Amino acid sequence: MNSMNAMTDTAATKTSRYDIAERGSFHVTDLLNHWECLLALLLLVVFGVNCLLLPNFLDLYNLADSSFNFSEKALIALPMALLIICREIDISVSAILALSSVMMGLANHYGVPAAGLFVVGIGTGALCGALNGVLVTRFALPSIVVTIGSMSLFRGLASVVLGDQAFTNYPDLLAVWGQGYFFDVLPRPFVVLMVAALLFALLLHGTVWGRRMYAIGNNPVAARFSGIAVERYRLMLFILTGAMSGLSACLLTGRIGSTRPNIAMGWELEIITVVILGGISISGGAGTIGGVMLAVLTLGMVTYGLALANVPGIIMTIVVGLLLLITIAVPRLLRGNGKR
Amino acid sequence: MTSSVLPAQGTLFHPPPTAAATVAHTAAVQATTPVLELSGIGKRFQGIVALQDVGFSVRPGEVMALLGENGAGKSTLVKILTGIHRPDEGVIVLSGKAVSFATPQAAMQAGITAVHQETVMFEELTVAENIYIGRQPLCGMPPRIDWRRMETEAEQLFKRLEVDLPVRARVKDLSVAQRHFVEIARALSQRAQVVIMDEPTAALSQHEIRELYRIIAQLRAAGTAIIFISHKFDEIFAVADRYTVLRDGRFIAAGALADISEAQLVALMVGREVGQVFAPRAPVDHEAAAVVLEVQHFSHPTEFHDVSFSLRRGEIVGFYGLVGAGRSEVMQALFGLSPAAHGTVRLHGETVHIDSPAAAIALGIAYVPEDRQHQGVLLSLPIFQNITLPILSSIGFFLRRHRRREMAISRRLSEQLELKARHFHQPVAQLSGGNQQKVVLAKWLATAPRVIILDEPTKGIDIGSKAAVHRFINELVQQGLAVILVSSELPEVLGMSDRVVVMHQGSVQQILTREQANPALLVAAASGSVPQEQAQEQNLTGATSCH
Amino acid sequence: MSLKPQARPGPSHFSQAIAHVGSLLRRRREPLLALLIVLLILLVGVRAPVFLSLHSMDNLLTDSALTIMLALTQMLVIITRGIDLSVASNLALSGMMSALLAMHFPHLPIGLVIAAALCIGLLLGLVNGWLIGYLALPPIVVTLGSMSVYRGLVFVLSGGAWVSSRNMPTEFIAFPLARLAGLTHLVWLAALALVALWYVVRHTRFGRDLYAIGNDPVAAGYVGISAAQRLLWTYGLSGAMAGLCGYLWVARYAVAYSEIAYGFELTVIAACVIGGISIAGGVGNVSGAVLGALFLAVINNALPMVQISPFWQSALTGLVILSAVIVNGRGEKKRHKQILPLHFHAQRAAVSRTAP
Repeated sequence: MNSMNAMTDTAATKTSRYDIAERGSFHVTDLLNHWECLLALLLLVVFGVNCLLLPNFLDLYNLADSSFNFSEKALIALPMALLIICREIDISVSAILALSSVMMGLANHYGVPAAGLFVVGIGTGALCGALNGVLVTRFALPSIVVTIGSMSLFRGLASVVLGDQAFTNYPDLLAVWGQGYFFDVLPRPFVVLMVAALLFALLLHGTVWGRRMYAIGNNPVAARFSGIAVERYRLMLFILTGAMSGLSACLLTGRIGSTRPNIAMGWELEIITVVILGGISISGGAGTIGGVMLAVLTLGMVTYGLALANVPGIIMTIVVGLLLLITIAVPRLLRGNGKR
Repeated sequence: MTSSVLPAQGTLFHPPPTAAATVAHTAAVQATTPVLELSGIGKRFQGIVALQDVGFSVRPGEVMALLGENGAGKSTLVKILTGIHRPDEGVIVLSGKAVSFATPQAAMQAGITAVHQETVMFEELTVAENIYIGRQPLCGMPPRIDWRRMETEAEQLFKRLEVDLPVRARVKDLSVAQRHFVEIARALSQRAQVVIMDEPTAALSQHEIRELYRIIAQLRAAGTAIIFISHKFDEIFAVADRYTVLRDGRFIAAGALADISEAQLVALMVGREVGQVFAPRAPVDHEAAAVVLEVQHFSHPTEFHDVSFSLRRGEIVGFYGLVGAGRSEVMQALFGLSPAAHGTVRLHGETVHIDSPAAAIALGIAYVPEDRQHQGVLLSLPIFQNITLPILSSIGFFLRRHRRREMAISRRLSEQLELKARHFHQPVAQLSGGNQQKVVLAKWLATAPRVIILDEPTKGIDIGSKAAVHRFINELVQQGLAVILVSSELPEVLGMSDRVVVMHQGSVQQILTREQANPALLVAAASGSVPQEQAQEQNLTGATSCH
Repeated sequence: MSLKPQARPGPSHFSQAIAHVGSLLRRRREPLLALLIVLLILLVGVRAPVFLSLHSMDNLLTDSALTIMLALTQMLVIITRGIDLSVASNLALSGMMSALLAMHFPHLPIGLVIAAALCIGLLLGLVNGWLIGYLALPPIVVTLGSMSVYRGLVFVLSGGAWVSSRNMPTEFIAFPLARLAGLTHLVWLAALALVALWYVVRHTRFGRDLYAIGNDPVAAGYVGISAAQRLLWTYGLSGAMAGLCGYLWVARYAVAYSEIAYGFELTVIAACVIGGISIAGGVGNVSGAVLGALFLAVINNALPMVQISPFWQSALTGLVILSAVIVNGRGEKKRHKQILPLHFHAQRAAVSRTAP
């Protein structure tokens, strides 16, 4: 039996000539090195600019309503962050969402009760995620090309089932969660998002599982050598990502009230962008849930402000792209080029 | 008092050139002006001084041994000479002209090339292309790569070296020794004036080392200067004419090898008299100590075959062999990293099936890997997270709540190993090589193992830390652990082990006790010179009666 | 006791056989793919003989031309361990700009318009190349960002309006589908691109350096290859091709709006993957890229012929991609290190057979 009080205890009385402190000293300038602090600053700036320039910005109901636009995407960004931390990626999330929504519509068509639709949606998502996960872990295939393939497959299957029609006539329960409010002011999807964010933050930053994920992202070989079941974690994360996409499908379908073939088109790249903006390094092993949520809120606020100013949505695409490029280029420029 | 257990120079590897020939050659070399002269070279990395006021010179046709412990600045110097780094101060004079290399290509074109310890090869490209990459011969209009000429010239290079290598083979299919020869061919093809060889013999068999010596002799005759980096003194004395010693980034001494002894060289490298490195240990009572680990007929389809040995409590079994003999593969398979391996493994008499590292850890086996940076530590993570990584489940699911317990474990183990660091939240990347190794050891000690496998634990560590690691291993076995020590360093294996298992190309060649082992036997066995039947007899007797 | 341990049979022979087949597949992958394409065409031809007609084949080649051209330059990018997600947006932006140019200056010679599209694409690609090569930023993130920016710029430039065939000069629209010696200009351009890129990849130091960079970026630096400069021009080439294809797309379909070629970058990458170009870099050749693109085109063209509803197209494409990835992945899987001498077991078996 492997007990902790083996030989190491008997040597505990030996003292070394070196003294090691528990923490390093704290400097305020260290804060500037933290991505999250810069993001928080950016959020404040965006908030301030919007307040100054837009008269309707501070309307509480409007602000709350703006959260509808990003809550479903942000739900998927949370597990995507974990995946990217573990050095994987999933480009098929919007296709999983579409297929889950289609399956819900099909189930609804065959009279499955409202609560069951949630099960169908999340279940479909989890199954799709499992396919991705098995291909990546069991067959040791690169996740980017596997998920490009599965994206086509899932979207295609959704197309096949849907044809050129749309599913409508969803039960009220879906709409209650998709477009409803708590206490008449807090949108339900936003609350779901906040609860999920708290759970994910707890998972990543406070549990053994999260610590192991950081290890996997930092150095998968050394993690494996240290007894971490790297492939099992990756498989679980793919399934989790699929399930969250399914949950997002439930809320989105509830909000829109129908399922069309192009539902959530292009979401995968927005989600990955917001995760990277949130400070999750594409090479794995770094980043926080807090950063991701700050990025979600910042982008949500920018979108909302642009909408209030009657700027067409596609300008948002330019803003997001520029933000991404600037945030990764500027630190490199300041620190000196990485290559030579 | 020398620490070496090796015989006098020349008897083991290579008959020394006759005294007269050496004197004549040395005289001829001394008469000419240096082809490469460095003076006042200095280099700093983010405030840390890597080199300070270093100078030396090499003459054409001369082999200069560059000596120094790990961390003395040899690799920085090599990188400056090959154009990877630029010196902050100092002058490099090549063939009488002051030069400055903006890029590695400039250094190559000026005539300085290096044969690296870890070969710089492009796996998917052919041998011929690896030699000529970046400067393939062109022909025709519009200029096209002349593949035929490239392959013909590569063949001629190998003919000159008297080495048989198909130039169309992909490098990924070559052995380590063959890759070294490709690197040498590349150096030759660049008509280098100065060739730097960095630990070239690590993976070579006796026969291949002789080939290498022949090639070095060829290069010398052609007037090429060679800078030879090695820590094997027998090789240095066999091959080199002069020596330069670096220590802590500074130039210490230079001179002719004929005028100095190994002990004096070691003293110059370390800066003090080195006493006996290996402390005497009480001999293990082989009959009385319980058998902890028994491995029988352990095989893998491509990596090793029919490995059998046993390990007793309080014993150190050394695994010796050339680089690439399959020792690490056996250990990693024992640790559960190779699902394709099969055979019988018994722990305390019970047959076990180890199918993952987690299973091995639960059974009390720890594996300290050879490649510290890639397999041992997680460089960006803090020290305490590295140390507690394998035992997280025993700390508690919600780590934040049990932070004190985590810190206590880290503190206890760091004190035991005399780890030097500023604080526990420091990323391991900021520690020195020796301290990083201590973190790895701490991590594995935290799992309270019964069997600990150490794979080249003192590789790349300075002599001072080496001695500390050896002392520590002795303490471990005194407290009842069983240790498997995989090592390619003869003195270490002979000085530390109770028994030595020698492997060659995936098979166990011999198992010798401390009394039976001597350097000649070990080296011969590692090169595969033991008759197969005799080896199998030894395997069996080794497995059953532990002698 | 002197028993001789027996050589272990079974698993090693079997796994060696598998390894042999795997290596065979790996070495002959492109001919296998070509065979598959021919088989597929024949299969479809059995169901719908009109598929085998010259007209249909001509359609097939014309439809695959753009994918082929973009897959060829995407291959260069993937060989260097990179990826270019911005090609479709680049195509859209260059196409829109060339359409606007032709609309406002209808008397401009067609050659100039094509050159303009190429230059715009080149510039957009060089932006990527600079960020990836000189600032050493990760390619997937950079091209994700530039993809968004370029797509948005299409809208800004056009003001959301469409450029339709009414606004385009006849010469502008006619060029891609005009015939030269029986084949459309599109096919000729694809053939030209194939020859040009084959030359680059096989006969220029630039091309060979890309393989070196993909194999080992650090080692490439040590032997004097300027990875920064090579990457700059690799992404530049990819952009230039996207620019050219932008004009061709807009002219062929006689319409330009901000959503054209949406998602096309994934088709191009899929073509490369099917053609055996490993996403890990360092391997791949032009025949793979072309065959991969052809394969996708056959599927797309064949489906309506055999009365499979177009809704199946995406799903089938996905299955094909996944199968290709699995097959290629098994071939490239990191083999066990070969430490035992090759034919070790055969030798021991022979020895124990001949021993008394």
